[in-house]
Amino acid sequence: MTRLGYRKLVNMVMLTLTGVSTLVTVSVLFLILGYLVWNGGTSIDWNFLTKLPLPTGEVGGGMANAIVGSFMMIAIAAVIGLPIGFLGGVYLAEFGGKTFSFAVRYMADLLNGVPSIVIGVFAWTIVVVPMHQFSALAGGFALSMMLVPITLRSTEQFLGEVPRALREGALALGAPKWKVVATVVVPAATRGILTGMLLGIARIAGESAPLLFTALNNAFWATGITQPTASLPVMIYTHALAPYDDWHRQAWAAGLLLLGGVLATNVAARWILGRGNPA
Amino acid sequence: MTLLLLIGLWKTSGPSQAKFGWKFLVSTDWDPVAGNFGALPFIYGTVLTSVLALLISVPLGVSVAIFLSELAPPRLANACAFMVELLAAVPSVIYGLMAIFTVVPVLREYGEPFLKRHFGYLPFFQGPMLGIGFLAAALVLSIMTIPYIIAISRESLMAVPRDQREAALALGATHWESTSQVVVPYARLGIFGSVFLGLARALGETMAVTMVIGNDPSIHASLFASGYTIASVLANEFTEATGKLYQSSLVELGLVLFLITIIVNALARLLVIATSRKGTVHTA
Repeated sequence: MTRLGYRKLVNMVMLTLTGVSTLVTVSVLFLILGYLVWNGGTSIDWNFLTKLPLPTGEVGGGMANAIVGSFMMIAIAAVIGLPIGFLGGVYLAEFGGKTFSFAVRYMADLLNGVPSIVIGVFAWTIVVVPMHQFSALAGGFALSMMLVPITLRSTEQFLGEVPRALREGALALGAPKWKVVATVVVPAATRGILTGMLLGIARIAGESAPLLFTALNNAFWATGITQPTASLPVMIYTHALAPYDDWHRQAWAAGLLLLGGVLATNVAARWILGRGNPA
Repeated sequence: MTLLLLIGLWKTSGPSQAKFGWKFLVSTDWDPVAGNFGALPFIYGTVLTSVLALLISVPLGVSVAIFLSELAPPRLANACAFMVELLAAVPSVIYGLMAIFTVVPVLREYGEPFLKRHFGYLPFFQGPMLGIGFLAAALVLSIMTIPYIIAISRESLMAVPRDQREAALALGATHWESTSQVVVPYARLGIFGSVFLGLARALGETMAVTMVIGNDPSIHASLFASGYTIASVLANEFTEATGKLYQSSLVELGLVLFLITIIVNALARLLVIATSRKGTVHTA
């Protein structure tokens, strides 16, 4: 074979290989989706959504408390985490000095990379130990620690993309800086910021590691935010490891519900963003 | 906040630091009843599974990134990139669920017997074939790290200036030659960065690993054997830990994991920042 022929062959082979890798990777997503729908689809019914878990062997239990518990903790995390992340992001993008911003940004990235289980340990030491009680509050706090860096970075990024001319226009009209930020820059970036927040919430909704020893679990309705609380991801974990077929089916159903929620939020976030900038 | 985290962990792990000192890191004992704690089996398990996972996910991830940034038509590339992002968004407990009911049985019935038949003379492929163990954990981790590797590698590849490619092509290089000899070397820092980020992810991954690794605090050469990682021992034993010493040992394990991932992450970020400065496109 000629030299050129050989080079062309290598070209073809390698390019095809990269294509095949892509196919494999993308098909994993569909495999997961398909498998969950296949296994979980039949187990989601009215009981599953509205009843408490029953002892194994009895038919008709559900995971209503875990669904509510998940929402509760996400809400707590959002109340703590979103404002801090948002304000921090605004400060970094609009007011912070160069070196300081860089340091904070770097720290936020590191915090983002901290394993979620370590965050759980941390939340345990500063919330659970002093309160002598596993609680939804501790779980929400752990989740909020993950939410802050995500919100901060996305807020900052989208504020940075607001055109300079817009700021200068407002300043030229005599508006003080805070007014420019609050009434011109932030509204211009609303869509992006909302997207970032949604993605952050989708990410923490699926987290189970930090909840294991902060919110623990609960087979009944939690009576308040200072009580141990069930959540969907932790329920999936315990149900999947249990040796009962009935529980496995419930785990699949819960998995489908969770994945459906997370993916829907992701798609929605991207749709909001896409409508804003057709680029 | 990061500093606060460090201080909190440091203080709570005080009792075990005082008792075991540096020996904590190299001791292989893990005996809650006798009150002896050593971290080595967990560090071993954590590092082994993560490195194995990267052996699979790096070649796959980088080639997907090359395909998406260099070859695929824009529409297809965007669609695929979107799906990869969704893959990154799948909660880890769901990967664990999939792993228990699909990966583990397949490994037990087909994968491990095959490896044993053909490579059984190597120490890595010996012992009983249970399905659960290092190999299963590494496989799951590799799938979970791929999306991160793809996303960051692709960003650095796209930051390579167009002229570089055109110059290579104009000199008569084939498409692949231009990619492998010009574009990839240009973006290599960013690709290394993506590998480190993937590594950090894999090191700290808890749920999926805990569900398939078998949870046995001892060191084996065989990949079929059960093991333990730092993250999964925390997940399993933390709520059951009784006594100050036991708990503080677990917290110190958390501290070790935290420090490892912080170092890996710090390196990764620096590499990514270095590439994006060199390139023309600003990457987030």
